[in-house]
Amino acid sequence: MSGSHAVSRPKHQRVLPGFAISLGVSLLFISLILLLPATGLVMQTKGMSLSEYWYVISDPRLVASYKVTVGSAFAASLFNGVFGLLLAWILVRYQFPGKRILDALVDLPFALPTAVAGITLATLYSSTGWLGNLLESIGIKVAYTPLGIIVAMAFTSIPFVVRTVQPVLEEISQEEEEAGMTLGASDWAVFWRVIMPSLRPALLVGVALSFTRSLGEFGAVIFIAGNMPYVSEITSLMIFVRLQEFDFPAASAIASVVLLTSLSLLLIINLWQGAYLRRIHGK
Amino acid sequence: MSIRLDNISKQFGKFEALSPLSLDINNGEMIGLLGPSGSGKTTLLRIIAGLENANTGTIHFGDHDVTNVHVRERRVGFVFQNYALFRHMTVADNVAFGLQVMERALRPSPAEMSKRVKQLLEIVQLGHLAARYPEQLSGGQKQRIALARALATKPEVLLLDEPFGALDAKVRKDLRRWLRNLHDELGFTSVFVTHDQDEALELSDRVVVMSNGKIEQVDSPVELYAHPNSRFVFDFFGNVNQFKANWNNKHWQNGNAFILPPVAEATQKNGYLYVRSHELSLSKKANSQASLPCKVVAINPVGAEVRVELSPIGWDTTELWEAKLTHQVLNEQSFSRGDEVYATPQVGYFFADGVRGEPIILRWPFLAPGHLMFDI
Amino acid sequence: MSTPSRVGEQPLVKWSLISIALFFVTILLIIPLLSIFQQAFASGLATYFDNLSEPDTLHAIGLTLIVALLTVPVNLVFGVMLAWAVTRFEFIGRKFLITLIDIPFAVSPVVAGLLYLLLYGSNGWIGEWLYEHDLQVMFAWPGIVLVTVFVTCPFVARELIPLMQQQGRSDEEAAVILGASWWQLFRRVTLPNIKWALIYGVILTNARAVGEFGAVAVVSGNIRGETNTLPLHVQLLYEDYQSEAAFASASLLAFIALLTLILKAFVEWRQERNHINEQDQQGEL
Repeated sequence: MSGSHAVSRPKHQRVLPGFAISLGVSLLFISLILLLPATGLVMQTKGMSLSEYWYVISDPRLVASYKVTVGSAFAASLFNGVFGLLLAWILVRYQFPGKRILDALVDLPFALPTAVAGITLATLYSSTGWLGNLLESIGIKVAYTPLGIIVAMAFTSIPFVVRTVQPVLEEISQEEEEAGMTLGASDWAVFWRVIMPSLRPALLVGVALSFTRSLGEFGAVIFIAGNMPYVSEITSLMIFVRLQEFDFPAASAIASVVLLTSLSLLLIINLWQGAYLRRIHGK
Repeated sequence: MSIRLDNISKQFGKFEALSPLSLDINNGEMIGLLGPSGSGKTTLLRIIAGLENANTGTIHFGDHDVTNVHVRERRVGFVFQNYALFRHMTVADNVAFGLQVMERALRPSPAEMSKRVKQLLEIVQLGHLAARYPEQLSGGQKQRIALARALATKPEVLLLDEPFGALDAKVRKDLRRWLRNLHDELGFTSVFVTHDQDEALELSDRVVVMSNGKIEQVDSPVELYAHPNSRFVFDFFGNVNQFKANWNNKHWQNGNAFILPPVAEATQKNGYLYVRSHELSLSKKANSQASLPCKVVAINPVGAEVRVELSPIGWDTTELWEAKLTHQVLNEQSFSRGDEVYATPQVGYFFADGVRGEPIILRWPFLAPGHLMFDI
Repeated sequence: MSTPSRVGEQPLVKWSLISIALFFVTILLIIPLLSIFQQAFASGLATYFDNLSEPDTLHAIGLTLIVALLTVPVNLVFGVMLAWAVTRFEFIGRKFLITLIDIPFAVSPVVAGLLYLLLYGSNGWIGEWLYEHDLQVMFAWPGIVLVTVFVTCPFVARELIPLMQQQGRSDEEAAVILGASWWQLFRRVTLPNIKWALIYGVILTNARAVGEFGAVAVVSGNIRGETNTLPLHVQLLYEDYQSEAAFASASLLAFIALLTLILKAFVEWRQERNHINEQDQQGEL
C-alpha cells in the first residue's frame, strides 16, 4: 500500500485491495503502448525546420487530399446524422418484425474488417457490380470518385451515430411528450421543440465521432477511391505513399497534422459534452 | 367549465382498468380522485385529459362533446407526477411553451408573451428563477413551475397527477394550501389524483373514492367521514379498528370477546363492526355491553392525544387495535405497557355480511351514561 | 391499445420511416454482406475450398489467429486492471486516465502504424538498439501484435468502466468486511457482476484484432507467406485480380464478424434478462 501514497494522499486506508497493482499496470501499459510511440514522431519531426515542415504539409497534392478527406468525411457524417437518427428512432420507438436482427446488424461496420468492407464496396459499386451497374444507368458513378469515398466512410461510421443517439432517445420520458401535447403542441412541434433539443447533444457527439473516424479511415476507402492524385486521394493514403518512398520525415509531418487534428477533435468533443452535461444536471 | 363523464370504461388488453363509470364535476369545483395504486384513478385522469382513449362512454366539457377531441385541442392544464419539465429549456421557456406553440393567429406577440410569463412566475412566486434550468430547482419549485406552465394557456380545466407525491411533508402542506387558494382565486375546475387521504380531505370540495376501476363513493369530505358507504371506504380512511362479528343469538362473539348489539333485526347477524380509535374507551374491567380483553403494547403520546396500541387476548384481528385517549383520561386510568385492559366501543359502524351500502351506526350505552351499565 | 400520446405513432408515419430506414439498411449493410458470400462462392464450393487451402492463405489464417491469441489476453488483463483502478479508487488524474484510453479510437490506424514504425523501425531510438541486438520487431509478427494491441486496447476497459461505475463499490466493500481475500473478492463478487460486459469486450477486441488493416499494413511489410495477416492477404489477392480468392478469404473474416454480432446480441439478451430478473427481485422485496 505504501506505493499508493506517492500518487495520491488517501485520507484513510484504502478498503479494497489492488490499488497499487491495478494502477501500476495501467500506467505502465498506457505509457508503453499509448504514449511511448508518440516519441518516435516527435524525434522524427524535431529534425525538420519550420519551413521544411510547412513545405511538406502544404504540398498541393497533399492539400488536395485534405480537401477530399475533410469534405468526404463531412458529407458522410452529415448523411449519418440523418440516417443514424432515423435508424435509432425506428429501433427505439417502433415494433416491427426483424427488429432484433436490424439492431444487431447496425454493428456490422464495427465488426467487419475494413479491408473486407473496402473490397466489397468497391466490387459492388464498380460499373460491373450490382449497385454500380444500376447507378451508372442513371448517370451516377460511385466507384473511383469522391462519392465512393463518402459511401465507404458512411458505411464504416454509421454505428457511432446510432449507438450514441439510441440510449438518449430511450430515456426521453413519455411524460415530456405528453406535457407538450397537453399544452397544445402538434406532433411536429413536439418533435422539434421537445425531442430534438434533448437529442441534439448526443446527435452532435455521434456525428462528431463519425467525422473523426471518417477522417482516419483507410482500409474501407482505398479500394473504392481509385486513389487518383488531386481527385480521390485521402490523407491517410498520402502517409502510406510517403512511407513507401521511405520518406519518413514527410510521412511523420503529415501524420502529425492528422494526429493533432483527431486529438483536438477528441478533446473538443469531450469538453463540449462535459459542458452540456453540467448545464443540464445543475452544477 | 363543468365536466361530465358518462359510462366511461377502459381496458388494457385483458385487464379492466376502469369499469363503466359516470361522474359529474361542477364548474369551479375541486375534485380529488382518491384510491390505492391500481384503482384506476390515474387512468381516469388521463382519459379526462385525452392522453388515453376510453373504450366506451362520452366526455363533455360544458356542453361540448370532447370524447374524440385530441389532447392538444382539449385545452386542459395537466401537471404530471414527476413534473415533466423540459430539461433543456429555462424556466421561462418552459412556461412560455404553450404560448409559443399556439396557432399563429392566436399566438400573443413576443412582448405579451414575456409579460404573461412574468405574470405567471409571479403568481407562483418564482419570478427570480426565470433563467434557471429545471435541474437547478428544488422539488417544490419544480412543482410550481409545472403549474405555471400548465396555466399559461388559461385552461378552464386543471388536471394534476399526484401533485405532491414527490415532496417532503412540510413542503407538501404549504403547497396544498397555496394550490387551494390559487384554485379559488382563478376559478378553474380542478381534478387531482392522490393516494393520500389527508390530502384529498383537505383540498377537495368532493372526493371520489376509487377501487378496482370502480367509483366507491363521491361525497364532500365531511359527508365521507360521517357516512362512509362501504367497508372499502372505511378501511381506506384508516384509523379504524375492525371486529369480526359472529352472531350467536345472544351477542357478537369472536373468541373470548363479545359485544352486545342493540336489539334490532338488522344487527343480529354476522358481519364486521368498525370502531374509530377515538370512539373507543379503555377500562380495567369488562362490562355487560362489551368484553374485549387486550394487552397494552405501546403508549405513544402524539400532540394532544395519546395513542394506545392494543393486542387482543383470546380473539382475532388482522391488525392491532388502537385507542386514542386524552392525556387526562390516561392519567386517571394510569395504564402502562403490558397491562391487561378491556376496550369498550362508544360508537360502532356495522356492516352486515351480504348487505351493501352504508353501515348501521350504533351508539353505546343504549341507556344514558352512568345508568344501569354495570361492570362484570 | 391506442395511446395517441407519443410522437410518430400514426401508422402512416411509422411505416414510412421504417421503409425508408430498411431501404438504406439494405443498400448499405445487407447487400454488401450478402455479396461477400456471393462472390466467394461464385464458382462453387470446390473452388472456394481450393482458394482457402492455398499455402499463403493458410499461413495468413495462422498468423491472424496468433495475433488475436496474443492480443486478446493482454488487453483483457489491461482492461480489467484499468477499470478496477479508475472505478474503485479516487486519485488525482483519474478522469484524465479515462480520456487517455480513448486515443486509439480517434487516431487513424495508418498513423498508429507509423508511430510504431518510427519507434521500433531501424531509425527509431528503440529500433536502433533492437537492430544492434539483432531483434526484429518491425516487418515481423511482434510488430503486428504491438500495433494490434494499441488499436484494440480501449474495448474491454470501455465496456467495463461505465458498468463498474454504476454498480458502485459497496458489494466489494461488504465482501472485504466479511473477510474475503482479493482473489475471492474478484472471483465471487466482482466477476459475476461484470461477466457479460467482459465477454462483450473480449468479443469486440477479438473482432478488431482479427480484422485490423491500416495499422498492420504499415508495420507488416506485406511479405507474402510471412507477415501477411488475413486482411492484408485479402488486399494482396484483390490487387492481383484474384477477386474470387480474395473474397474467399474475406468470407472468413465476414463470418467472424457475423459471429461477433450474434454473440453480441446474445450477450445483450442475457444482460437484459439479468436486469429484468434483478428488477423483479427488487419488486418482491
